[in-house]
Amino acid sequence: MKNKFSEKFSSWLLGEVDLTEKIAEEKEQPSAVNPSKKDEEEETKIIHSLEKKEIKLSFKEYKVLSVIFCVILIGILTATVYFLPTFAKSDVPAVNEVYEHYVSQGRDETGAVNTVAGMILDYRAFDTLGESFVLFTATCAVLILMDDKHKTPKKEMHETVNYSRDPIVKSIAKILIPLILVFGAYILVNGHLSPGGGFSGGAILGAGFILYAMVYGEEQALKVLSERKIKAVTICALSFYCLAKSYSFFTGNEFNGVHSVISAGTPGDILSGGLIMPLNIAVGLVVCCTMYSFYMLFKRGRMN
Amino acid sequence: MDVLMNFPFITIVLSLFSSVVAFAFKGRRARFVTYFLLSACAVMSCFVIIYNLSSETGYFVYRMGHYDAPIGNEISAGLLEPFFALLFEVVMLLSVIGGEKRIFSDIPEEKQKLFYVMVNLCHAALVALCYTNDIFTAYVFVEICTIASCSLLMASDKGRSLIAATRYMIFSLIGSGFLLIGVILLYSITGHLLFADLYEAITHLHSEGSYDFPLTVAIGLIVSGLGVKSGLFPFHLWMPDTYGTATPAASAILSGVISKGYIFLLFKIIFRVVGFDVFFGTGVQNILFIFGIHGMILGSVSAIRAKNVKFMIAYSSAAQIGYIYMGLGLGTRTAIVASLFQIVFHSLTKAMLFISAGGLCDAAGGKQDIASLRSSAHKNKIAGAAFLVGSLSMVGVPMFAGFIPKLLFASSAFESSSRMLLVLVALAVSTMLNVMYFMRTVLTVYHPCEGGASAKTRVYASFAVCALIFVAINAAVGINSQPISTLLEKGIELFANVR
Repeated sequence: MKNKFSEKFSSWLLGEVDLTEKIAEEKEQPSAVNPSKKDEEEETKIIHSLEKKEIKLSFKEYKVLSVIFCVILIGILTATVYFLPTFAKSDVPAVNEVYEHYVSQGRDETGAVNTVAGMILDYRAFDTLGESFVLFTATCAVLILMDDKHKTPKKEMHETVNYSRDPIVKSIAKILIPLILVFGAYILVNGHLSPGGGFSGGAILGAGFILYAMVYGEEQALKVLSERKIKAVTICALSFYCLAKSYSFFTGNEFNGVHSVISAGTPGDILSGGLIMPLNIAVGLVVCCTMYSFYMLFKRGRMN
Repeated sequence: MDVLMNFPFITIVLSLFSSVVAFAFKGRRARFVTYFLLSACAVMSCFVIIYNLSSETGYFVYRMGHYDAPIGNEISAGLLEPFFALLFEVVMLLSVIGGEKRIFSDIPEEKQKLFYVMVNLCHAALVALCYTNDIFTAYVFVEICTIASCSLLMASDKGRSLIAATRYMIFSLIGSGFLLIGVILLYSITGHLLFADLYEAITHLHSEGSYDFPLTVAIGLIVSGLGVKSGLFPFHLWMPDTYGTATPAASAILSGVISKGYIFLLFKIIFRVVGFDVFFGTGVQNILFIFGIHGMILGSVSAIRAKNVKFMIAYSSAAQIGYIYMGLGLGTRTAIVASLFQIVFHSLTKAMLFISAGGLCDAAGGKQDIASLRSSAHKNKIAGAAFLVGSLSMVGVPMFAGFIPKLLFASSAFESSSRMLLVLVALAVSTMLNVMYFMRTVLTVYHPCEGGASAKTRVYASFAVCALIFVAINAAVGINSQPISTLLEKGIELFANVR
C-alpha cells in the first residue's frame, strides 16, 4: 500500500500523472480536434473545474450566505451611524481650524469668491490633479474595453428613436444647444466667482454635445467634434494642468528659492484667483471630453 | 542638496504627465515613454534614499502648493517611502521590458499604446500611495490604481480575461468601498485627513474612550478593504483567474507591485494614522493573524492542485501574502521587519516567476498546463534558470531572497510565547507544501528531452536581459540582506516615531 502511494507520488512529482484526475486526463489525450478549439475547450474546462473546486457550496447556499453577510454588514454600519456625532451641528469634530481657515481666509488667500473653487483648485490642488486623472484613466479604460477598429458601428440593434427626422425635436434643439453650450462655458469661466466650476461646467458642456449627437446623428457630431480633436483637447488640458501645478508646487517650497509670479488678484474680478480659472477650464474640458467620448463609445462601439 | 527634496513630487507628476504623453504617441512607440519614465523615476528614488540616509532626521515633508499641511496638501518621505517606490519602479520596468514580446502578441495592436498608458498611471498611483501624507489623497490614487490595474487585464482581449477582469473589478471595488467608508468614518469622528493630525486625534479619542465603536469599525473597514484588494486569504479567489489569464507583464505587475502597493498603504495607515498601540487595542490584528496562517497553508494546498502553471504561481501568491499578514498579526518589531522584507522578496520573485513562466509557456507552444511544459526549460534555458531561481527563492533556500523573511519570521516567533508553536508549525508546513509544488514544476520543466536535443525556440534579448537581472537582484538580496533589513528597521522606526 505504502509503495503504491510513493510510486504515485513520485510520478506526480515528475509531472507524469495527476493525483486527482488520472483517468479523465488520459482519456482526453487522443482527441484530435483542431488545436485552437481544443485550447478553448480546455480553457472552459479549467474554469469549470476551478469553480467547482473553489466554490464547493451550491449556488443556493452561496446566495443565502451573501445575503447573511450583507445583512451583518448593514447592521454594523447602521449601528456605527448611531454612535457618530450628529450631522450639521457646530460642535462636531469636522468643524475645526481647517474649516475656519477656509471660510475666513479663503477669499483673500486664493482670490476666489467661490470658496469651494479655492479649496479644490488651490488649497488641495494635488487631490484634484488626481481626480482629473481618474477621469482620464476612465476614458482610457473604456477605450480599451470598447474601441474596436475592426468592428463596424452597430446599426439599430434595438429599435431606437431617430430624432433627426423629427422637426419639433430638431428645432427645439437648434435653440437649446447654443444656450446650453454658452451656459456651460459661463459656469466654467465664472467658476471662481459663482457656484460651479470645472466639474459642473464640463458636465453641462458634455451634455450639450451629447444632445447634439442624439438629435443630428453621431456621424454629424463626429464631424464637429472628432476623435482627433477630443484627444488633442484632453492631452492639452491635462498637460497644462500638470505643468501649471508643477510650477506652483515647485515655487511653494522656500528652499527652491523661486517665488511664484502668479498673484491672487482682486477677489471678484473675472481675471482673478491666480491659476484657478485656467485650471477650471482645463478640468471642464477634460470632463466634457470624457462624457462625450463615453456616449460615443457606448453608442457606436468605436470612436471614429 | 535640498533640490533632491523635489524628487518625490517630480516622480508623481512626471509619471502622470508621461501617461498623457504616451497617450499622444502612436502605436508601440509609447513603450519608450514608459521605459524612460520608469528608469528616470528609479534613479530619482535612489537619490531620495541617499539624501535621507545622509540627512540628520532622515525624513522630510514637502508642501504641495503654497499652504501648510492641514490647509493644503503635503507629501512626506522617510526611508521606506522612496525604498518601496524604487522597488516598484524596478520590478515594473523589468516586467514590462521582459514581457515586451508577449505584450505585442497578446494585446491587439491598437490597444498596446493604452496598455503603456495604464502602466504609467499605475506607476503614478503607486508612487503617490508611497509618498502620500493625507488619507484622502491616498484614496484618490487608490481609485486610479484600481481602474488602471483592471485595464491592464482587459487589454489582452480574450473572453477569459474579460471575465477575470470583471471578477477582479468587483473584488477591488468592494475593497475601495470599504476603504472609503472607513475614511469617511475617521473623518467624521476626528475632523482631519492629514496623517499626523489624524494620529493625534485618534490617540486622544482612544485615551478618552469616546467614539470607541466607530473607531474600531473604521479601522476594521480600512484593513479589510485593503486586505480584499491585496488578496488576503478568504478574498484571494480573484487571484488565479486574474494572474492566469493576463499577459505575463500584466500578471507580474499586478501580483508583484499593485497588491504590494496596497499592503504598503496599509502599513502606512497602521503606523502613521492609527498608531501601533491603538491598532493592537482593537484586536483586528488577531483576525489578520488567523487569516494569514490560513492563507499560508490553504493557498499552498490550492497551488498543489492547480494544473495550470500560472494558476499555481497565483495560488502561491495567496500563500506568500498570508506570510505578510501573519507578520503583521504577530506585531513584534522583528515580525514587522520580516513582513516588509517579505514584501520586497515577494515583489521581486513573483514578477520573475511570472515572466519566466511566460517564457516557458512560449517554449511549450503557448500552453500553460504543467504537463505540457515538460522539458521546456531545455528549449528556453534562460527562462528555465530564472524559474529555477525563483522556485528556490520561494521555497526559502539560503543564498536567495526568500530565505531571509522566513528566518526573520521564525526568529520573531520566539518573541511571542503564546503563538510561537503555531507560527513555527505553520511556517514548516507551508514551506513543505511550497517545496512540493515547486519541485514538481521544476522537475517537469527540466525533464530530459526525448530523442536527443529538441528544437530551441528563439529567446529574445529583452527577455533574457530582464530575467538575468531579476536573478542577479534575487541572489544579491539573498546574499547581502543586512543593508536592506537595517534600512527597513530604520524606516519602520521613522514611521512609528517621526511625524
